[in-house]
Amino acid sequence: MTQTAKPSVRHPGLKTNKLGLTQRDYEGTQSTLCAGCGHDSITAAIVQAFFELNIAPHRVAKLSGIGCSSKTPTYFLSEAHGFNSLHGRMPSIATGANAANGKLAYIGVSGDGDSLSIGLGQFCHAMRRNVNMLYMLENNGVYGLTKGQFSASADVGTKAKRGEENQMPPIDPASMALTLGASFVARSFSGDRKQLVPLIKAGLTHRGFALVDIISPCVTFNDHEGSTKSYAHTREHGHEVVETDFVPLLHEIQVEQDHGASTAVTMHDGSVVRFRSVDEHYDPTDRDAAYAHLKKLQAQGEVATGLLFIEPMSRDLHELENTVDEPLVEVPFEKLCPGSGVLAELQSHWR
Amino acid sequence: MQPTDVSNPDYYHKVVDCQWGCPAHTPVPEYIRLIGQGRFTESYMLNRESNVFPGVLGRTCDRPCEPVCRRVRVEGEPVAICRLKRVTSDLKGDVTDLLPKIPEEKNGKRVALIGAGPASLTVANDLMPLGYECVLFERMDRPGGLMRTNIPSFRLPGGVLDEEINMILDMGVEVHYSHPIDSLGKLLDEDGFDAVFIGTGAPKGKELRIPGRDEGGANIHIGIDWLESVHFEHTDSIGERVLIIGVGNTAMDCCRTSKRIGGKDVRVVARKSRPYFKASAWELDDAEEELVQIVENHSPSRFIIEDGRLVGMEFDVVEWAPDESGRLVSTKLDSTVIPCDDVILAIGQDNAFPWIERDIGIEFNEWEMPIVDRTTFQTTRDGVFIGGDAAWGPENIIWAVEHGHQAAISIHAFCEQESLTDRLPYGMNLVSQKMGLHSWSYGSAYDESRRSQMSHVDLVERFKALEVEVELGFDAEQTAVEVARCLNCDIQTDFTANLCIECDACIDVCPVYCLTMTENRPEDELRLNLTAPAENIDQDLYVSADLPQTARVMVKDEDLCVHCGLCAERCPTAAWDMQKFDLLIPYAGKPTWTKTPETELTTSS
Ligand SMILES: Cc1cc2nc3c(=O)[nH]c(=O)nc-3n(C[C@H](O)[C@H](O)[C@H](O)COP(=O)(O)OP(=O)(O)OC[C@H]3O[C@@H](n4cnc5c(N)ncnc54)[C@H](O)[C@@H]3O)c2cc1C
Ligand SMILES: Cc1ncc(C[n+]2csc(CCOP(=O)(O)OP(=O)(O)O)c2C)c(N)n1
Ligand code: SF4
Ligand code: SF4
Ligand code: SF4
Ligand SMILES: [Mg+2]
Repeated sequence: MTQTAKPSVRHPGLKTNKLGLTQRDYEGTQSTLCAGCGHDSITAAIVQAFFELNIAPHRVAKLSGIGCSSKTPTYFLSEAHGFNSLHGRMPSIATGANAANGKLAYIGVSGDGDSLSIGLGQFCHAMRRNVNMLYMLENNGVYGLTKGQFSASADVGTKAKRGEENQMPPIDPASMALTLGASFVARSFSGDRKQLVPLIKAGLTHRGFALVDIISPCVTFNDHEGSTKSYAHTREHGHEVVETDFVPLLHEIQVEQDHGASTAVTMHDGSVVRFRSVDEHYDPTDRDAAYAHLKKLQAQGEVATGLLFIEPMSRDLHELENTVDEPLVEVPFEKLCPGSGVLAELQSHWR
Repeated sequence: MQPTDVSNPDYYHKVVDCQWGCPAHTPVPEYIRLIGQGRFTESYMLNRESNVFPGVLGRTCDRPCEPVCRRVRVEGEPVAICRLKRVTSDLKGDVTDLLPKIPEEKNGKRVALIGAGPASLTVANDLMPLGYECVLFERMDRPGGLMRTNIPSFRLPGGVLDEEINMILDMGVEVHYSHPIDSLGKLLDEDGFDAVFIGTGAPKGKELRIPGRDEGGANIHIGIDWLESVHFEHTDSIGERVLIIGVGNTAMDCCRTSKRIGGKDVRVVARKSRPYFKASAWELDDAEEELVQIVENHSPSRFIIEDGRLVGMEFDVVEWAPDESGRLVSTKLDSTVIPCDDVILAIGQDNAFPWIERDIGIEFNEWEMPIVDRTTFQTTRDGVFIGGDAAWGPENIIWAVEHGHQAAISIHAFCEQESLTDRLPYGMNLVSQKMGLHSWSYGSAYDESRRSQMSHVDLVERFKALEVEVELGFDAEQTAVEVARCLNCDIQTDFTANLCIECDACIDVCPVYCLTMTENRPEDELRLNLTAPAENIDQDLYVSADLPQTARVMVKDEDLCVHCGLCAERCPTAAWDMQKFDLLIPYAGKPTWTKTPETELTTSS
């Protein structure tokens, strides 16, 4: 835990984005996580991605459950709306909020405990409903906040700090998401900012549920030898399946340089996600192939990273339910609540 | 880039911008912290070790440390380093027992010091504790050189000067006042000195040979001679309308002195425009505060004499522009006359050595300046040394002091028959400042306060007498603010590559984006590929050895680090640590790395 707050002093040459804000304007309060926690690094990647996407902080809703990971929304975008829910219940809060106001950018931050144990059901339904949100699953293989018990993502054979081995098979959020019909599935590593930032940007731009499962070492309880979610192990066994680059719509014209053998996927708003297969013939728009490849690498003890699957034109909750476009707060009261006369008339149809 | 070699003291020394910029390498942040702890006496003594005259310099120093202060780059205004030095002198206790001890038994060597300015006095200060007999010859009847006769007492009270000069003379220096040396040959032949140091300054004010100079002579004065004559009370008045020609620091003292002895309409006339003025910005401010008018782009063409008396001066009004070679050249636009009663010429000083024979082995160059070795300060005659303004022309007090230190090292080596050129290198100590999980031994928090303004005696009061000191010094509150503004640049961020687990914590927490982990590259490419581009090439990049997990390197741009310690506080493995850097400066007979200034102070107080 750091007690000295980050001072207000700024680099005099700080760049501003289209809103005239600097990257530091996207920060939150000083983190109280353990020094070196992977979650902090993800927070910094989130700050960078929002800054670069020129998103106004007050147009963002950040939601989380319980856990060290779930504490992190405090550490970015101080000006955004926030909701810290019950353990594992963030997806339903996010679903409700999104249903009421689809015009905000939604970012949910959760942990492997929060999403894969107590909150597993909620997590599945949010994917199934294709809620338009970026879902960051900060995955460290343990319950960090409650002092390092194995979580449901711990690999078979991984060792706890005191030496005992985990025997239960893990739940892999990425393969589960693929089978549940998630429309955007990515995996990354907190220690690989270059890969993570474009994935966050693509996930935020994607209309529908975007899962980014991020290996995020718990320095205090799960960064020792024998752990499969340590910094060293992840660096050794990480396997980049595709290199991803996110090209916002407005920059499209300027990026006509050589992309090698890259493939472009156009998103709802016209921006582009460009990817280059590192593994031969890998196509992140083919769900079955993606699943098979993931399983193959898993069997080899490797962690597939990058943009694993994307269905760029998926239909999100609002489209599926055919709800109003405007946020409910902006719908005039008379329309939102037309009165008992209209209700009576409606009911008369079913009499 | 090659990994940075932090074992070379120069690397960390350069990070301490003020100390690096100070000719005498005064450990500025350390003395500022001592002030913060209320340890004024220790702070004064720490200053004295390197700059010998903290009370004098705390009022008059040219402050090369301030423009280079990191705070300028971070927020625009330097820490008031110089005026904090004055605080140590104002608030110190009795230092008698802390001064260097002088051995009863002498080492049998006699050294002659010619001129009692800061250069010679520093040589005496360094040699007396080693058992030397120092014999000082001064042409005037009092010591101090230009500090005494030219720097006006409203900037530097005589009492402050006396106190610090006496600390040296009371070591047992044999002083001969009113004793000009008029033949160096004679001194060398007859008096049997083991070594001679020449610290006679640059005593000749420059002339302005234009029409009317001789006819108007009675009212045309040479700046440094005129200031001297005011000091000795040979001059106690001047006409109401005064023109000062030249816009260096001497001009500033001339115009302000004129204001105090009768000048009403006092103008400083410069050939060039403001950006090219030699005077320090703060001296210009002080003069303008006293309602002195500064006239730019006026080049003197003649003195106007009527009835044998000076009545004005004619100037070419000029404009400056660079020629093909980039040199500034002037074009005359007009000419104009400014009426006046007196003119003071303050256009520079020359050296003059009529008293050094040209056949005694001391070679002179084409400009009639003795040839002096830049490292040893020795002339072409063994055993004869020169320093201060006498060596290479007018500089300032702090350079004279540093020359004195270096000459003393040479004189000691010469008398011990050791090599003058094998000079001891600087040394360093690095000590971790970690006190606990989240606490450092220094105030690591960044303070947002702006620079404190020095308070001045009001205009009416200050003109009542010449010796009313204008600056009041800092009060407790101003001192506290300035202490807090110091960025503790000597508390270094020290990195151990093989401890790093590459978690990014330090990089993300750094408020000024100093840090990056990246693939190693040549410096020019690296500079552009950092968290924030490192555009100030005067500031170094630190590059680590390869990191254990990815073989990338940790790069730190030293430019804007505020030494907040957050990188070290956030690092889970203590790969970063905050370590205090002590520069160990060699002095005559004293390689300090066997004894650091701090331990010396704590044991003697
Ligand atoms: C008007 C003015 C204002 C200045 N203000 C500042 C300031 O604010 N801050 C600053 O840092 N510097 C200032 N300086 C510069 C500074 O005073 C000098 O750089 C410094 O004093 C040089 O020291 P020195 O020991 O080399 O010689 P000096 O101080 O010049 O001392 C030389 C001494 O040698 C004596 N001497 C000369 N010839 C002989 C001889 N043949 N025999 C015996 N004795 C002899 C002289 O009488 C004199 O006492 C100022 C200079 C001037 C002219
Ligand atoms: C309803 C409920 N049950 C149990 C807990 C105790 N608890 C707090 S955090 C946590 C696990 C958090 O693990 P994870 O989501 O992986 O977060 P991490 O700390 O590892 O980032 C548990 C079980 C709780 N706070 N609330
Ligand atoms: S316990 Fe683990 S997960 Fe929680 S803050 Fe510390 S390092 Fe991060
Ligand atoms: S001390 Fe560390 S965190 Fe603070 S400014 Fe310097 S490099 Fe950045
Ligand atoms: S905080 Fe420490 S371990 Fe983490 S990257 Fe920085 S130096 Fe390395
Ligand atoms: Mg966890």
